[in-house]
Amino acid sequence: MTDSPMPAQATTAPTPEVQANLFPFVLQLADTSLILAHRLSEWCGHGPILEQDLAMANIALDLLGEARSYYQYAAELEGKGRTEDDLAYLRSAVEYRNPLLVEQPNGDFAGTIVRQFIYDCFHYHLLLQLKSGPDAHLAAIAEKSVKEAAYHIKWSSEWVIRLGDGTEESRRRVEKAINTLWRYAGELTTPSAAEKALQAAGLVPDYAAIQAQVDAHVARVFEEATLPVPQGVFMQKGGKDGRHSEHLGYLLAELQYLQRTYPGLQW
Amino acid sequence: METLELTQEEQFQARIDADMRIEPKDWMPDAYRKTLIRQISQHAHSELVGMLPEGNWITRAPSLKRKSILLAKVQDEAGHGLYLYSAAETLGASRDQMLADLHSGKAKYSSIFNYPTLSWADMGCVGWLVDGAAILNQVPLCRTSYGPYARAMVRVCKEESFHQRQGFEIMQTLCEGSPEQKAMAQEGLNRWWWPTLMMFGPKDSESPNTEQSMKWRIKRFTNDELRQKFVDMMVPQAEFLGLTVPDPNLKWNEAKQGYDFGDVDWEEFWNVVKGNGMCNQERLQARVQAHEEGAWVREAALAHAEKRKQREAAKAVAA
Amino acid sequence: MSQKEWPLWEVFIRSKQGLDHKHVGSLHAADAEMAIQNARDVYTRRLEGVSIWVVESKHVHASNPDDAAAFYEPANDKIYRHPTFYQVPDSIKHM
Repeated sequence: MTDSPMPAQATTAPTPEVQANLFPFVLQLADTSLILAHRLSEWCGHGPILEQDLAMANIALDLLGEARSYYQYAAELEGKGRTEDDLAYLRSAVEYRNPLLVEQPNGDFAGTIVRQFIYDCFHYHLLLQLKSGPDAHLAAIAEKSVKEAAYHIKWSSEWVIRLGDGTEESRRRVEKAINTLWRYAGELTTPSAAEKALQAAGLVPDYAAIQAQVDAHVARVFEEATLPVPQGVFMQKGGKDGRHSEHLGYLLAELQYLQRTYPGLQW
Repeated sequence: METLELTQEEQFQARIDADMRIEPKDWMPDAYRKTLIRQISQHAHSELVGMLPEGNWITRAPSLKRKSILLAKVQDEAGHGLYLYSAAETLGASRDQMLADLHSGKAKYSSIFNYPTLSWADMGCVGWLVDGAAILNQVPLCRTSYGPYARAMVRVCKEESFHQRQGFEIMQTLCEGSPEQKAMAQEGLNRWWWPTLMMFGPKDSESPNTEQSMKWRIKRFTNDELRQKFVDMMVPQAEFLGLTVPDPNLKWNEAKQGYDFGDVDWEEFWNVVKGNGMCNQERLQARVQAHEEGAWVREAALAHAEKRKQREAAKAVAA
Repeated sequence: MSQKEWPLWEVFIRSKQGLDHKHVGSLHAADAEMAIQNARDVYTRRLEGVSIWVVESKHVHASNPDDAAAFYEPANDKIYRHPTFYQVPDSIKHM
């Protein structure tokens, strides 16, 4: 199934606590990738230049593929016969577990870049850890996805630099986007109840360590972009526990429209 | 001078007749260059505008698999537009100028994209019918006389082959699904059949440029030839799906070994060409808006590249 | 056109290790790094490449087609450069 070291030999069978928390955690990863992919796909055909239209679609496709892998694993963990599509298309907003950041609307190109950059910083460093983690299935997904995420973080970092150190207008726009979106950064490394339980079991990495890596990368990029790193921002949270901003409901209404209108059909 | 010009033109035609390719720096008649720029950029614009009617359904695709396929497909169209703009740029046209012509309405794009996509079946119809028609147009262009255009078309055709298949697969899944889904498929075919036949352009008798374009081998079959080929190809596929082609005059003609079919509503055709289709305004507006809203982004990237270049130059001087 | 267009770049791709880079087309990018990334996104979506070169189009110098006769035809009669020009006795192997 995977090239990763077999965890079963190293660890004993998962405790009931791990079993109970792994499903919501994998679902959270899946929802996060799907919602961000969905947002990026809204750009398709409307990008600032053809070349970047293709770049954004590529990132969306990577994330969509990653989401599917997680949903399939989540369905397997749950073991109730639900499919990837059941999980994506037939859960309501309060059941969705993505952090607030990724459901935020695209805004202008600067908004999309800043949202992407904040997420890429976390995503890339998380995957680096997960790929050598004890859960073989997650490690296999992370092993594949981390290569994609390495490209994403390169792309969004370079754009932050271009926009920050570009024209007056691009700087004004990217600063505005940072002011709007930074308050959603903290949730990424604030563990939910499920994540805490899994951290205790060693399945989810220490978020303080990831935060330090993220901070270092942000500092490097913002310095080159000649942008100040925001300080003392009040951090919003709740998405990972199903308490979302108003934006997610509209997104899901669109995403789930056909499955909800014609229940139980094949497409 | 005049004799030399004549000789050049004759030599040029002789190369084309011998099926040799013309390359960017070769001498070519002005009219050849202009016609090619018009044709290639029109084709590029069609790819670009063609992203919109399908892009419209990416966020509503009914499964994660379909969502991935549709996004990859619409992204391919961006790629195809880019290959074609590149080919036109080898003739001395700038992409900015071509886009300006699109935005001002001076340049045309395929009228089919001025029809709305109203149901999921339309994603099937666009892939199966519209891409099917496009492929018939495009495959012969892989051997067109202008090298960069032919090479771009080889790439386009190679990638396009999955587009039609995914469209057919959508139709097949709908036709094998619930009665509602089957009705959705039939309703889609009813709306898309005739506009697709219009994609091949006016009748040969009304297509004044065809003769010259055939001579230059930038067009390799006439409009009516391709239309006939398309009908002959699609009718059995519609039958396989259990769908009815919405043409009461459609009948197999044993003598010509092809179908006879009804006449396209040319009044509708010309109306849509003139800008009176359901979506002409929205499509163009969406493109203009994307371009205008992207202006500051393109400008910022250039400004940053310039700053970086200057810093590197300063560093080199200091060192 | 008030705004300058991003420069045009020619793209060359090595489709697999051991083969030459081959010209595949062009694209626009603000700088070389972006040109490489755009080339990756535009021209290698289907595993077409393992290495990318980009050259700003204005730096490509090309021969003039009018020189074709002077450039290439003189090679026509140098048939002694080709191994088939020489007769090797049947009994001699491996030459």
